[in-house]
Amino acid sequence: MREDVVIERSTRMSRLTGLAAIVGVLVLAAGPMLWNDGVLRMMLEFFYLLALAQMWNLLAGYAGLVSIGQQAYIGIGAYALFAFTNVLGGNVFLGVLVAGVAAFVLAFPTAALVFRLRGGYFAIGTWVVAEVYRLVLSSQAKLGGGSGATVTVIGIDPTFRLFVTYWISLAIGVGSIVLVFYVLRSRLGLGLRAVRDREGAAATSGVNVRRTKVQVYVIASTVCGLAGGVIYLALLRLQPAATFSVNWTVFMIFAVVIGGLGTITGPIVGTLVYFALQQYLADLGSVYLIILGAVAIVVMLKAPNGLWGLVIDRWSVPFFPIQLRVRRTARRPPPEGSGLVGEG
Amino acid sequence: MEVDALDQHYRDFQALFGVSLHVAEGEIVAIIGANGAGKSTLLKTVAGVLRSPGPSVRFEGSTIGELRAYRRVDLGIVLTPEGRRVFPSLTVRENLEVGGYCRRPGSWSIERIFSVFPLLQRLADRSAAALSGGEQQALAIGRSLMANPRLLMMDEISLGLAPAVVKQLYGAIPGIRDEGTTLVIVEQDVTQALRVADRAYCFLEGRVSLQGEPSQLTRDDIRAAYFGI
Amino acid sequence: MAWLNTIVQGVLLGGLYALFATGLSLVFGVMRVVNLAHGVLTLLAAYLALVIVDLTDVNPFLALLVVIPVMFGLGYVAQRLLINLTLAGGVLPPLLVTFGIAVIIENTLLEVFSADSQGLNAGRIETVSITITDRLAIGWFPLGLFVAAVVVLGGLQLFVDRTRFGRALRATSDDREAAQLMAINDRHIYAVAMGIALAVAGIAGVFTGVRTTFGPLDGAILLIFAFEAVIIGGLGSLWGTLIGGIILGVAQSIGAQLSPGWFQLAGHLVFLAVLVIRPTGLFPREGVAA
Repeated sequence: MREDVVIERSTRMSRLTGLAAIVGVLVLAAGPMLWNDGVLRMMLEFFYLLALAQMWNLLAGYAGLVSIGQQAYIGIGAYALFAFTNVLGGNVFLGVLVAGVAAFVLAFPTAALVFRLRGGYFAIGTWVVAEVYRLVLSSQAKLGGGSGATVTVIGIDPTFRLFVTYWISLAIGVGSIVLVFYVLRSRLGLGLRAVRDREGAAATSGVNVRRTKVQVYVIASTVCGLAGGVIYLALLRLQPAATFSVNWTVFMIFAVVIGGLGTITGPIVGTLVYFALQQYLADLGSVYLIILGAVAIVVMLKAPNGLWGLVIDRWSVPFFPIQLRVRRTARRPPPEGSGLVGEG
Repeated sequence: MEVDALDQHYRDFQALFGVSLHVAEGEIVAIIGANGAGKSTLLKTVAGVLRSPGPSVRFEGSTIGELRAYRRVDLGIVLTPEGRRVFPSLTVRENLEVGGYCRRPGSWSIERIFSVFPLLQRLADRSAAALSGGEQQALAIGRSLMANPRLLMMDEISLGLAPAVVKQLYGAIPGIRDEGTTLVIVEQDVTQALRVADRAYCFLEGRVSLQGEPSQLTRDDIRAAYFGI
Repeated sequence: MAWLNTIVQGVLLGGLYALFATGLSLVFGVMRVVNLAHGVLTLLAAYLALVIVDLTDVNPFLALLVVIPVMFGLGYVAQRLLINLTLAGGVLPPLLVTFGIAVIIENTLLEVFSADSQGLNAGRIETVSITITDRLAIGWFPLGLFVAAVVVLGGLQLFVDRTRFGRALRATSDDREAAQLMAINDRHIYAVAMGIALAVAGIAGVFTGVRTTFGPLDGAILLIFAFEAVIIGGLGSLWGTLIGGIILGVAQSIGAQLSPGWFQLAGHLVFLAVLVIRPTGLFPREGVAA
């Protein structure tokens, strides 16, 4: 007997979640009217950290690329913002876009270099590249040299600046989630998951492994550049050591590992946890980082899929519909006159 | 060696279902069966590569299920694994020396191995990666012998080799048994296996489908047990 | 002829870099793990020597008698208890766990010793030199360092090539499962390999502490230097690592001669150049890929 089968992506559950998410974003967009400056700054920081975490997850959790050098693009974005605004006199908000473009452009030659390495050596290679960018940029007197530089925002109303920066950060944060979602649903995403699961088999199935990885790397790096732009639009003060600090990567790794590698919700959870911890523990300075590191190790060993992974294991909660699902619809008799004889 | 009602899982699926067999000292036992029937899984379980907690696997009376593979070699249980798996960055001589790592007392030595497999002597200082399939198989067997095994298990030594080479390898088997080593041979080449074996088991889809002495097994019995017809 | 002096200094510095790199290269060769904590651990040894010297007032080189076994033990235990557990999960867990260890150790050093620069004082040997010509003088210490590096590398190579344990090590690197069938306890082998790697890192750490001042944040650059030496020299070969270290040292020295701030950058650029021209390094062993 023939059954009818429907192949679809979303379930009712996920459609509801999607609706809730849109409402949520609208509420967040109204933030400047709802919250005071302090809260806005906090939310702003949350969103750009979220974007960074999503990107690191895209690289490591989906493409299997462990990069400890994404701070290169944060720095590139920051310096691009500064150069566009201070040196070229452009609009500071547009500078964020320029930051993204700069990162995009530089990601290609960087990829050509670092992709000559694999695995752990790839990781260190990305760090070396970040160091090279730091050394080169911090030696440019026009860009402030070794002591750093400050982005000029004279003539812009501080409240206005805060609002717009908030919106930009919100856009980047939410945008990063949407971006990852659509990438994974695309052909690129299919190739990615094939590569993650079995690289050799993926290659023989026609997936261009190298190009897939480069594309993901460029996407992630561009968003990191955008994030770098908005970060320094908010912070204003660039300092080579801090701007290119590997602590950005420490954060990214922590958020993704603890939240959950390889899921979209994982980094959201991880960033929330990091944020919460930061509010309470930041006073401890280095001890805070020790705790982060220890927690990350324990999670990696005991719960490799992170906190969100534990949740999914218990209750299957498909918020983000990426997989194709096959759903049986009720059995119906074949249409009249279809000419199929002998069935049943 | 005794295996009693052994269930074994491999990755996601169950490979063995309640398998029981025994091997007496000094015997040559053959295990035949189609691909995927569970023969290799059984050997790997006895060797300790696959874990099997519980009393199912016993050697000389004691349960060995809890022991890791490298400990079982000290007891004299040695596996010549499927696919030869010689160490490519070591020379032939070094491979044999590693075989003797456990330093079990016994009569096997590099010189004796060379006398059984003269081709290895000629290649003694060549890298194992440079050897042909047959040479590597001889090396793998020699390497196992260096451990002075009491129970030697050989997994598909004829795979991928020319018939003449297989004949040569099997020619060495009776000599090994005469040393006092008990042998369990897993083989796809049914004829060769039954020619040397005292007793045989046939596996089908994770279960024992036939057992007995080769002289008493008819071709039809075997075909039925092998293919499940 | 100032250039000859520069180059000689660079070559001798290369010995130190080779020592940095050996541990990293050994662990990767045996277990295919890149230990991201390697730089910080090297630094830890320097701090360990510092503590010993502060407590007992001995010459830092004598502190090696304690540092080496302690580092070996640390490596052995860390491997058995932690890192061995990560090996089954693919590429990510070992990297992330070693990165976590690096973060923990670095920040622990920061907490305990503060961010101040420290130094190990080895006395007159640091400044005494042999004068060869009136333009070329070789310090006893850099020379001794280079000789020590060659001796350690040579000893390690002999150990791996000629001893029973070295064979077991090479066998386990080739095929972990097959090695188990040879009565080799693979977990133990891995732990010993890590122990050796850290012991060599310990020697490197003490030497670097004598050579320059150091601070808790230096782990990063030590890792990078070790990594660059390994990649330039080619994977899988200890002597390649020595050559890689020498090239790195010479590049840095020349860079520093041209302009003091270019010390690190010159090394990075040479590294990148090698990466572009010969990604497998200058003397790679066959069959080992980055």
